[in-house]
Amino acid sequence: MERFRMELESLSKNEEFARVVTAVFMSRMNPTLEEIEDVKTAVSEAVTNAEIHGYRGGNGLIRLDAEIDGQQLTIRVSDAGVGISDVRRAMEPMFTTDKSGERSGMGFSFMEAFMDEVQVESAPGEGTRVTLKKQICKSV
Amino acid sequence: MSQTFYYEARAHVLIIHLPKELDNHNCRNLRYETDLLLSENYVNRIVFDFSNTEFMDSSGIGVLLNRYKQMKASGGKVTLYGASAQVGRVLAQSGVERLMEHYDDKEAAVIG
Repeated sequence: MERFRMELESLSKNEEFARVVTAVFMSRMNPTLEEIEDVKTAVSEAVTNAEIHGYRGGNGLIRLDAEIDGQQLTIRVSDAGVGISDVRRAMEPMFTTDKSGERSGMGFSFMEAFMDEVQVESAPGEGTRVTLKKQICKSV
Repeated sequence: MSQTFYYEARAHVLIIHLPKELDNHNCRNLRYETDLLLSENYVNRIVFDFSNTEFMDSSGIGVLLNRYKQMKASGGKVTLYGASAQVGRVLAQSGVERLMEHYDDKEAAVIG
């Protein structure tokens, strides 16, 4: 089992930082380029959610935990922000609280599409923890 | 700075050259800038240039969808070219690939 953990400030420039660090970490699993890109997309969605929904664009810390167990990759993105009152509704495709029309509401759908498993634990005032899992095929 | 948008106007076509990483961070200026350009010029087609884009997530999709709605409301069209494999998968997953014609190169996307 190999792990890393880091804390990032809730800043939009850290979206790229988080996905690049995750890509470098998982590269020791010998993933395909497509697997790396899928994981980067999912991490980007989770970190962006923490920043713009969890902390509503304000200050806060986002924690990124990743773990490799054999060919199983597990990533956790946690925030201590406002939390989600109705997780099931938040995960519906195209659901968004955004009024500007600029947000697609596809963040959770993308996480589900590009990972094997997505778990969301959240409650109002208690932050949100998103767990993403993916089996990485051993490429020769 | 590589993470900015470059705009190119050709008659009634607005070509938007997208940055390397099209995420929430880099999408923040796009709306304001394109709204300004669309209000000052008659544009009936937006062409998105993905040829330098290595990564896009759902924040990029939000921006594309909104530009599509604006063009559709005025009877215009949105096309794109140069999408990488990752961008292609995100476009397919979002359903946006059905709304915008995808061309191999710029000239084809401009003429449509």
